[in-house]
Amino acid sequence: MNAFLGKLRTYVAVSYAEMLEYRAEVVLWVLSSIMPFLMMGVWMQASQGSQADLGLTPTEFARYFLCVFLIRQVTLVWVIYEVERHVVEGTLSPRLLQPIDPFWRFFCDHLGERLARLPFLIILTALFFVLYPAALWCPSLRSGLLAALCLAAAFVLRFIMQYAFAMVAFWSERASAIEDFWFFMYLFLSGYLAPLSLFPEGVRRVAEWTPFPYLIYMPAQLLLGRPVDLGHGLAVMAVWSLVFFGLYRLLWRAGLRRYSGMGA
Amino acid sequence: MLRRYLRTLGRFWSAAVAAEMEYRLNFVLATVNSLGQLVGSLFGLSLFYTNGADLGGWRWEEAMIVLGLATFLEGVSSTFLRPNIGRIVEHVRSGTLDFVLLKPIDTQFWLSTRNLAIWGVPDMAYGLAVIAYAGHRLGLPPRHALDGLLPLALALAVLYSLWFMLSTTSLWFVKIHNVTSLLRGILEAGRFPVAAYPAVYRVAFTFVLPVAFLTTVPASAVLGRPWPVSTPAACLLAGGMVMASRLFWRFGLRSYTSASS
Repeated sequence: MNAFLGKLRTYVAVSYAEMLEYRAEVVLWVLSSIMPFLMMGVWMQASQGSQADLGLTPTEFARYFLCVFLIRQVTLVWVIYEVERHVVEGTLSPRLLQPIDPFWRFFCDHLGERLARLPFLIILTALFFVLYPAALWCPSLRSGLLAALCLAAAFVLRFIMQYAFAMVAFWSERASAIEDFWFFMYLFLSGYLAPLSLFPEGVRRVAEWTPFPYLIYMPAQLLLGRPVDLGHGLAVMAVWSLVFFGLYRLLWRAGLRRYSGMGA
Repeated sequence: MLRRYLRTLGRFWSAAVAAEMEYRLNFVLATVNSLGQLVGSLFGLSLFYTNGADLGGWRWEEAMIVLGLATFLEGVSSTFLRPNIGRIVEHVRSGTLDFVLLKPIDTQFWLSTRNLAIWGVPDMAYGLAVIAYAGHRLGLPPRHALDGLLPLALALAVLYSLWFMLSTTSLWFVKIHNVTSLLRGILEAGRFPVAAYPAVYRVAFTFVLPVAFLTTVPASAVLGRPWPVSTPAACLLAGGMVMASRLFWRFGLRSYTSASS
């Protein structure tokens, strides 16, 4: 077990060092996802201008979308594009020779990159509060810890879902098309565009059984200190994680038999 | 002269489309994905109206026209602009820009038109369909669409110049894949009428980044709303930006030193 954890630590350290070389790129990646700030502006204006009761004040909207931005940054996953490239180019072969499942190398790459991204997120958050001091708030210790737990679960679930889809790369060169489609569902049902409390009743009911609202909306609610049905959320996440984990193992075994190490 | 350019353009594009036809499945996937994205965008927009808010005084069908224009421009940029930007960066990095410079044709023309991807076609079609549907719901006579043609042409000119100026920066920085994401951000901002944003955003989107010119101005023209800026000012801005993109390219070229030669 210790040897295993040691390997993981080395992987994370390597990918962190690698990412430090691309610091400028990391900043640009962070800055390229400004959509939450656009939605923030539009919803703040909507809650200010009209007579409609949206249930949130402009300041609350600002906080909500800041949370959305940060959660999205922390739970970002792109493993399918990596796996696809490695399978198509045949560079998965050297990874198969390593005495550890290739899954962990990809997983640790994400963790290392996350560490490199963190300082910019902190700076951006600080800058946001300097520009808009009225939105400053501090989640309580309890909700902060629960949000951290929820975020970790959200990241793992996102990663497993995408990794399961990535296994399709053994059969098709365009596995990422599945992820592209899944990603739209994620954007529209996760609370990325608007808090779920504003969704029509029917859509919200359906969304609550999909994994999506727990990836953004639930952690955001926790950070904002609003009431959350945490038990239900974590249970749904666990079920989906298990489903996709099973799918991944199944496809991995079948796919590996088909894998021919193209170009190698 | 013009005929020669048109003929060259025809050759470029037919070659590009022929190459893309090798990957027909990709086109089908792009069609499905674009549809999913459109449905989601419409849902996101509808949330404002189902909750009783309105976007800076724009009605639901009016806001749909703005979204349709944004979808259309998104399609234009993934068909005509995005496939070329990667090539420009690659030419600069590997030094093969030398060969392009030697060709007996305008370099900016060659770089801007050499490639074409058909992925954006579904987006363009969906965008126009949304505009037509919203226009029909509003009972707009079809000739109103003609009023939108001039501002749409200006918007395309602004989008193109902005994209080409951003590509030009590759002469200094070499690595600018992120330029595409900046461009995407601008188009994303254009999904809502400028009036829907708070005052600070509005100023930025009108005077710093030309978001207003891309979607709000053409939509206003179709709807017969007053434009945020006057017609001559918009023409001047579009013309100025095209000129600026040309001058900027000339200026940038001076610091191009080729690679390993």
